Amino acid sequence: MTAAALAARPRAALRLSKTRSILLLSAVAVLLYVPANGHLTLPLDTQAPLFIALNSFRDWMIANRTAWFFVFFFTPVREGTAGLVDFVTGWLTTLGWVGIAAIAGALGLVFVTWRTGVAVAGALVLVGLLGVWDATMVTLGQMIVAVALSLVIGIPIGIWAGRSDRVQRAVTPLLDLMQIMPTYAYLVPLVLLFFIGNGTATIATMIYAIPPAIRLTALGIRGVPAETVEAASSLGSTGWQVLRKVQIPMARSTIGLAVNQTIMMALSMVVITAFVGAGGLGEVLLKALEIQDVGGSFDAGVAIVLLAMVLDRLTASASQTSDRRRPGADRVSVADRRQIRAAGLVIAIVGIGLGVTQSWAHVFPSDYSLSFADPVNALVSWLEANAVWLTSGLKDVASSWLLDPLQQVLTAAPFWLVVGYAAALALIVSGRRAATVAAIAGLAIAALGVWRPAMETLTQVLFGVLIAMVVGVAVGTWAARSSLVSQIVRPINDALQTMPAFVYLIPALALFGPTRFTAVVAAVIYAIPAVTRLVEDGVRGVSVTAIESATSSGSTAFQVIRKVQLPMARRSLLAGLNQGVVLVLAMVVVGGLVGGQALGYHVVQGLAQASDFGIGLSAALAIVLLGVVLDRITQGAGARREVKRIEDE
Amino acid sequence: MTSTFPAPGPFAQARLAAGQQPSGETAISVKGLWKIFGPGEHKIIGTPLAELTRDELRLATGSNVAVRDVSFDVRPGEVFVVMGLSGSGKSTLIRCLTRLIEPTAGEVTFDGEEIGKASQARLRDLRRHRFSMVFQHFGLLPHRRVIDNVAFGLEVRGESKKARRDKAAQMLALVGLEGQEMRYPDQLSGGMQQRVGLARALAVDPDVMLFDEPFSALDPLIRRDMQNEVLRLHNEVGKTMIFITHDLAEALKLGDHVAIMRAGQIVQIGRPEEIVGAPADDYVADFVQDVPKSYVLTLGWIMREVRPGDPLDGPVYPSTTVIREAVRDVACSDSPIRIVDDGKLVGMVDRSMVLAAIAGTEPEA
Repeated sequence: MTAAALAARPRAALRLSKTRSILLLSAVAVLLYVPANGHLTLPLDTQAPLFIALNSFRDWMIANRTAWFFVFFFTPVREGTAGLVDFVTGWLTTLGWVGIAAIAGALGLVFVTWRTGVAVAGALVLVGLLGVWDATMVTLGQMIVAVALSLVIGIPIGIWAGRSDRVQRAVTPLLDLMQIMPTYAYLVPLVLLFFIGNGTATIATMIYAIPPAIRLTALGIRGVPAETVEAASSLGSTGWQVLRKVQIPMARSTIGLAVNQTIMMALSMVVITAFVGAGGLGEVLLKALEIQDVGGSFDAGVAIVLLAMVLDRLTASASQTSDRRRPGADRVSVADRRQIRAAGLVIAIVGIGLGVTQSWAHVFPSDYSLSFADPVNALVSWLEANAVWLTSGLKDVASSWLLDPLQQVLTAAPFWLVVGYAAALALIVSGRRAATVAAIAGLAIAALGVWRPAMETLTQVLFGVLIAMVVGVAVGTWAARSSLVSQIVRPINDALQTMPAFVYLIPALALFGPTRFTAVVAAVIYAIPAVTRLVEDGVRGVSVTAIESATSSGSTAFQVIRKVQLPMARRSLLAGLNQGVVLVLAMVVVGGLVGGQALGYHVVQGLAQASDFGIGLSAALAIVLLGVVLDRITQGAGARREVKRIEDE
Repeated sequence: MTSTFPAPGPFAQARLAAGQQPSGETAISVKGLWKIFGPGEHKIIGTPLAELTRDELRLATGSNVAVRDVSFDVRPGEVFVVMGLSGSGKSTLIRCLTRLIEPTAGEVTFDGEEIGKASQARLRDLRRHRFSMVFQHFGLLPHRRVIDNVAFGLEVRGESKKARRDKAAQMLALVGLEGQEMRYPDQLSGGMQQRVGLARALAVDPDVMLFDEPFSALDPLIRRDMQNEVLRLHNEVGKTMIFITHDLAEALKLGDHVAIMRAGQIVQIGRPEEIVGAPADDYVADFVQDVPKSYVLTLGWIMREVRPGDPLDGPVYPSTTVIREAVRDVACSDSPIRIVDDGKLVGMVDRSMVLAAIAGTEPEA
């Protein structure tokens, strides 16, 4: 007891000094900024030797496509993947739209409910009506191959990581890095190795989608109670028997979730791979966004959302039903189940038969169409004419009062001051190791020659995170305190979280036109659901006793929130901050496509034009490094508290 | 610390000495067993670090001693209980016996074979046929029916489906779970789930059964049922049992011998009456303080020698009788109880001695 008291005292002093040292640090930074601003700001030189060297490296790679590492590795991998995609897409086309809709409906019927079956089949018909059936099938073909490869590679690795601490330790930092890597950043280096095309796009999608497959599988295996594994071992099971009879069956629902999450990740990436020649829905969307054709992008966006919904519905419940395959637990009896299965089979066969043989059922008839392009464009014009005072007012206020001054400060600051500040902040918040990582990553950004665009991106990220946190904490806290609000917010969050990142650009573009602010708005909308959810869960997790004791001593609702709920949900708030930073960064760089400038713009240019390749690759790396810096600073804040609490015990 | 009643009488002391002599036959023999968790696992034993206390060692090396130099013998067919509070290392100890946790040092000998030297294949073979274990939280497989849970051990050793289901059904009947075969574990109460765990352990027909706090997660009434169940099964199937618990009453009720563990070490091993009647140190004494002595101590423990002139018309009991069971006769008889073992009069117990035992005070000399 006395030991605990002794341990508590220096810790209280430490925490106080943490806030103080951040203030002190900021004061020092301001003092240094005044004389030093304008010096060593590292403006962008598009003809920097590094960029030229990278360009010639790319030329050399293209000239050496017959080198052994292409002939024996990269080229066969790409061609094999592309071949698989062509094969699957070919089948999807052969089956015809009726065949596909019937198969999806039958899967829904057999594995979920008849309602889901009707809904997914209807959603696919709607996709056809939108006039993007062929593009959707191209995207679906890539999805199927990318997800299958992710699972084939990811699940065994996940199982291994679940059973071996050493593998888990080796894999975790890599997965962490992959998870904070914005989708964009993968593309440039991949293009260098695989060139542009269908196969490259699928490989990029696979790499992006693999982390949840590994992580969740490992989580599921680790979630099996140690005692149950011991019980199996104590009866003399071999390692293989433990895996097959205990760990995999008991992890089944988590592995089902892994499949679901892998699909959703793949879908958000497959659209972005349009940049490297993926074709499909992404291409339709990209082309429309490039010419600011909001109406045109809207149809493709709706099709993507519908595809996401279909895949999510079909797989989300697969993870639940397979968990309890017992007759008594289901409301459906064994006989009924058999009949349902037979009905599903009949529907699928009839649909395929029609789709393969009948021309009307094979190619989606173009006479029926339900395009939203014209009404949406009309709406956008109307908004431009009538609501411009609101949208541009908002945009101007945010730009001139927050974005511009912040960007001014960051770009005018000498690079060493920014890096030093970030490293010192990391040191205070997360400790020495995080500080070292942040310092090295910061200096690397400067060395890459893209310091200025990186500061522009940082400006947008800081602004976006600020807004996302304010909204997320407010809505999350409200939802945690009111079940009505929670009931309204949850489904909206669910829907928003299944949507691929790209889609968020459409409404932002419609409202604010192609500007920096558009990118930030899209990023904020993208990040809010995750932040809200983490905050709500955290605030909800605060013990009832703590709240009751505060209320019984006469606290107002606001005092309860401020003095009890938010401080006690601190860990979740920090996790929300971390997630917010990662998501905002990911989206802000995609915003480079719609006038977001900064690093994202250079990546797009690097993919589009050979002469900009070098700067694009540097920008892509800088995005990753920026992500590492921001993640280290914010993640440490949460993690460190955890360690302390464990030490207390 | 007040010394607790009663110091063993001269006769009892002689018996105590006899009890500690090795009886020659052992089912399991543990010698110098250590388990250290952490980076310094293999660098501590044999160095001065091994003399440090747990906390000191953790500060010095970051390693945690769970089991420290433990030795004991378990006789065939007995129930050997290891009792200790949480964190005393008892659960680690029982896992080290079959190497579910690999011990850091020491020997575990079973039937003349040193388990530490067994290959993985041999170890699996031992686990499949000779040992089985019952777990605190049951460790059942939620995706399998009760009968397939019980048959699991038979399945992993490759028995046919028919054979293992027949055997499993028998075992379920033995633990009183007929008719529950086709249900799933989460449809059963905690007590019933642990019966499934018990049946699973019995199904492989082991020589030794290991129990890791099997009843801690159960309600008190169900716990008592299950304790009686174990005693009944012990009488019926006669297995050697090693039983881990943190509940002293459970230890005294079930154990033929009880080992008390503290901070990874065994502080005392003895029959229940020895633990209660002659605690080895203040720690054990503190533990047993509230145990009603007359429920645990035997007449043999408190008896005195036969004196000339003792009336020989009192009631007759063997020395192994628990005091409580003789109370009624003592109350009704003016003559002292005669203690007779194997037809031979070995001692006497006066009324005052019984009362003193119930009151928990030293008898007058």
